[in-house]
Amino acid sequence: MLHLKLLKKSSALSNCKFLVRSTSSVTKPKYDYDLVVLGGGSGGLACAKEAVEYGARVLCLDYVKPTPVGTTWGIGGTCVNVGCIPKKLMHQACLLGEAVHEAVAYGWNVNAQNIKPDWKKLIKSVQNHIKSVNWVTRVDLRDKKVEYVNSMGSFVDAHTIDYKTKQGERRQLTAEHVVVAVGGRPRYPSIPGATQFGITSDDIFSYEKEPGRTLVVGAGYVGLECACFLKGLGYEPTVMVRSIVLRGFDRQMSELVAAMMSERGIRFVDTSIPTAVERMPNGCLLVKHLNTATEQEGSDVYDTVLWAIGRKGLIDDLNLQAAGVATKNDKIVVDHTEATNVPHIYAVGDIIYGRPELTPVAILSGRLLARRLFAGSTQLMDYTDVATTVFTPLEYACVGMSEEMAIESRGAENIEVFHGYYKPTEFFIPQKSVRHCYLKAVAEVTGDQKILGLHYLGPVAGEVIQGFAAALKSGLTVKTLLNTVGIHPTTAEEFTRLSITKRSGRDPTPASCCS
Amino acid sequence: MSLTLWNSRFSVTLLRQHTTIFTSAAPITAAHSLHYNYTFSTNSKSQQRRNLATTTSNYDYDLVVIGGGSGGLACAKEAVANGARVACLDFVKPTPTGTKWGIGGTCVNVGCIPKKLMHQASLLGESVHEAAAYGWNVDEKIKPDWNKLVTSVQNHIKSVNWVTRIDMRDKKVEYINGLGSFVDSHTLSAKLKSGDRTITAQTFVIAVGGRPRYPNIPGAVEYGITSDDIFSLDREPGKTLVVGAGYIGLECAGFLKGLGYEPTVMVRSIVLRGFDQQMAGLVAASMEERGIPFLHKTVPLSVEKQADGRLLVKYENTETGEVASDVFDTVLWAIGRKGLVEDLNLQNAGVLVQKDKIPVDSEETTNVPHIYAVGDIIYGKPELTPVAVLAGRLLARRLYGDSDLRMDYADVATTVFTPLEYACVGLSEEDAVKAHGADEIEVFHGYYKPTEFFIPQKSVRYCYVKAVAQRSGEQRVYGLHYLGPVAGEVIQGFAAALKSGLTIPTLMNTVGIHPTTAEEFTRLSITKRSGLDPTPASCCS
Repeated sequence: MLHLKLLKKSSALSNCKFLVRSTSSVTKPKYDYDLVVLGGGSGGLACAKEAVEYGARVLCLDYVKPTPVGTTWGIGGTCVNVGCIPKKLMHQACLLGEAVHEAVAYGWNVNAQNIKPDWKKLIKSVQNHIKSVNWVTRVDLRDKKVEYVNSMGSFVDAHTIDYKTKQGERRQLTAEHVVVAVGGRPRYPSIPGATQFGITSDDIFSYEKEPGRTLVVGAGYVGLECACFLKGLGYEPTVMVRSIVLRGFDRQMSELVAAMMSERGIRFVDTSIPTAVERMPNGCLLVKHLNTATEQEGSDVYDTVLWAIGRKGLIDDLNLQAAGVATKNDKIVVDHTEATNVPHIYAVGDIIYGRPELTPVAILSGRLLARRLFAGSTQLMDYTDVATTVFTPLEYACVGMSEEMAIESRGAENIEVFHGYYKPTEFFIPQKSVRHCYLKAVAEVTGDQKILGLHYLGPVAGEVIQGFAAALKSGLTVKTLLNTVGIHPTTAEEFTRLSITKRSGRDPTPASCCS
Repeated sequence: MSLTLWNSRFSVTLLRQHTTIFTSAAPITAAHSLHYNYTFSTNSKSQQRRNLATTTSNYDYDLVVIGGGSGGLACAKEAVANGARVACLDFVKPTPTGTKWGIGGTCVNVGCIPKKLMHQASLLGESVHEAAAYGWNVDEKIKPDWNKLVTSVQNHIKSVNWVTRIDMRDKKVEYINGLGSFVDSHTLSAKLKSGDRTITAQTFVIAVGGRPRYPNIPGAVEYGITSDDIFSLDREPGKTLVVGAGYIGLECAGFLKGLGYEPTVMVRSIVLRGFDQQMAGLVAASMEERGIPFLHKTVPLSVEKQADGRLLVKYENTETGEVASDVFDTVLWAIGRKGLVEDLNLQNAGVLVQKDKIPVDSEETTNVPHIYAVGDIIYGKPELTPVAVLAGRLLARRLYGDSDLRMDYADVATTVFTPLEYACVGLSEEDAVKAHGADEIEVFHGYYKPTEFFIPQKSVRYCYVKAVAQRSGEQRVYGLHYLGPVAGEVIQGFAAALKSGLTIPTLMNTVGIHPTTAEEFTRLSITKRSGLDPTPASCCS
């Protein structure tokens, strides 16, 4: 039962109805906690903090198992420590390297010849930033009175969690509700040498030595982002692709991303899988691989091998069967209320089966869950039309359906695709390639032409798409889009200038700039 | 005949197909047969206009556009694409210091394009310092080469001029490089290099735009320059007095500072008049933090050239009455722009003016029914390139295509390209209060910390967003305001959202893209009314 405190209303839930719960003061609660959150990542912390706001007694357990090469980190989960934050900083470092060259074209007397990054300095800066975020997170938890235990929790039964204290004693606690938000970790392939000699995105952002010549295995967004920032920092990445790049994303856009990377000198090894990694006497890594199309075997030598072949949910240590929670592959199945098959056990974030693995998704669903549990809200998480960005040098962002999905769900004859190449104003002076600056809108063919998806490849893609994501949620149509006045000169305005349909067969390359 | 078929398709199409069918399929040579066709077609207002054009085809052109800037060219090209015979007059009078430029109008030549490039140059200078913080071994003692920058900017502009000319030739818009003035409401006299030429047209669109004002003080014209000159200035500007704190003044001061010069901004009354004043104050503060001094409540009195060639500017504080002076290398007037009505002889056509602008109705019609105006010359509308472009294009479609769609001047987004950029769409907080009453609006706001700012330790003090919304009911968003990096890129999509009826609940249910700055709009949770501290705590949960 819940101790009802005065609800300090700090958030903008103006349309959320607060149910007045029983005000009879309770002598002894049935459970130690109203809520135990397993996992101190974005989703878990958001849920825990929000629950406390509404008067719940909350404990959060967080524990990071070291990687095979020994990397470990603090509170905050994947995003802060080994995900979005460090990768965006690495990406930014690359963009700044490019900017130095562009500055020369714009007349700055900077010596851009042979500029090199100091890997160690960069890593140190990135890690310092992460540590400061870890610290802010700890302070925030303390301020908000979320109890935090740095330990791995596992189920004893559906209401009881077992964990080991810092002193090594085993403890048990009980909770009325449990939210599982343990997230995921990178997979390793089961080939010889994979765990001994390979690293993953868990390691690269704190890697002590320069990565040098790097084989990135996997062409999902993690793989492509890593390859790109390595290239931008002057190393030599090769991307090994088993089948396709950016599975799950729009195919045309994915191919454009790959082509843009090739243009920048990133090598792709297509339809290939690694078969073994061996350490050579000189310390380099010999990677044997197989082309699954030609059945040809090959090998190459690298300084670093980075696995980016996917991520798995961390259910192994949870002892979920003790609570009776059903899983699928390595994820937890939930309904539209994030409830597992056990009604008082929920899951949020990357551990959920079949939902977007994105920080803001985890945060919002965690927060909404807490409001439903402890503030009488009925609002559910809406997982549709979630925008996302791939931070390659030309960034790719999208919201809504891919062209394939739209065709699949509506039929090719019922959709209209507007598209166009464009030339960012700033690219002319430094003569940057505009070849892959492209955008498209996938829409219904009839009526006001409701927009089903928007896709953008170019600078600051995430910044560009975010507002359009809000527009899509507001029912954006092509009619409205074309009557939205552009902001000149931006690249985002290109969406308002879209006029050529794929169906017309007309050339989507741009002519004039300003009229 | 294929045209008939095409025309029948035409009558059922929407805006979408105009662009797709017409610009590709409209055969220019078939313009006349097209007009015949229209006499058989139905009865919309715009088609009646077309019928008029065909029955009285004793004019040289269906349409003459006066002014070859963004709005005029867009209108001319769209009219041709819809089958009209079109000429476009364009003429640039040199500035007092002799600056002139080619076709394309203010934006391309002395406006958005060069200023964005100068802004970019200044951002790239910042990037060099940031690169060092991120571990690049660059020497941070850097200087810009003003002449190289100006040459690069001018080369880009000339390439755009060239593309514009080619585009007009391809699209069969006749281009006349001459200054037009009305003889009567259907006749124009154009001063050309080769002498005067008389041109008649069924319809006119006035799109002559505006030019910077000079103050009426001694030395203003002789020694001062404006935004018309700065982008091709053949010497380093040095210590510069920027007079005026509208967006042009602030942008010029911003890029001059970024390029290492010493700008001072002189403000007569308020900064960024017409914009949200809280945001305007933050913009000014962010500039002051970067070392740009502001002289408030001050007007210039005179400019004199000293023996050493530098400029002595005397000025007065209008509150204290105190008179002071300072010496500058450059004085840049950014006190406003005036419409170029003077040379048009509008009285001969009977077109009314208000101040130096032309009032129009909701279809861009002046008081003379066949004379229209688009762009900066219109009285009381936003002076923005994309506004002119869209208004010109929609006007051409109403005149020569089968469209009734009018330009919607509401909720036009705009961006001020100061070092920390400011972009907004919809109502300012003041306007919302005025329109709906303080009790009926809710303002959500927050400071935020861009992820990329931490490592180079850039100031986050002025990174701020706010949403002005309806307090009750569906909580419609009336206005959005953003101060931070790439503001224009951030706001554009939200402008489309506002046009789609964005509400606060929808905004809060829009999942953010992490880590971006645009996502801060989805994280807004603190209302001004609550009095809670709008500074951010955690980053990722």
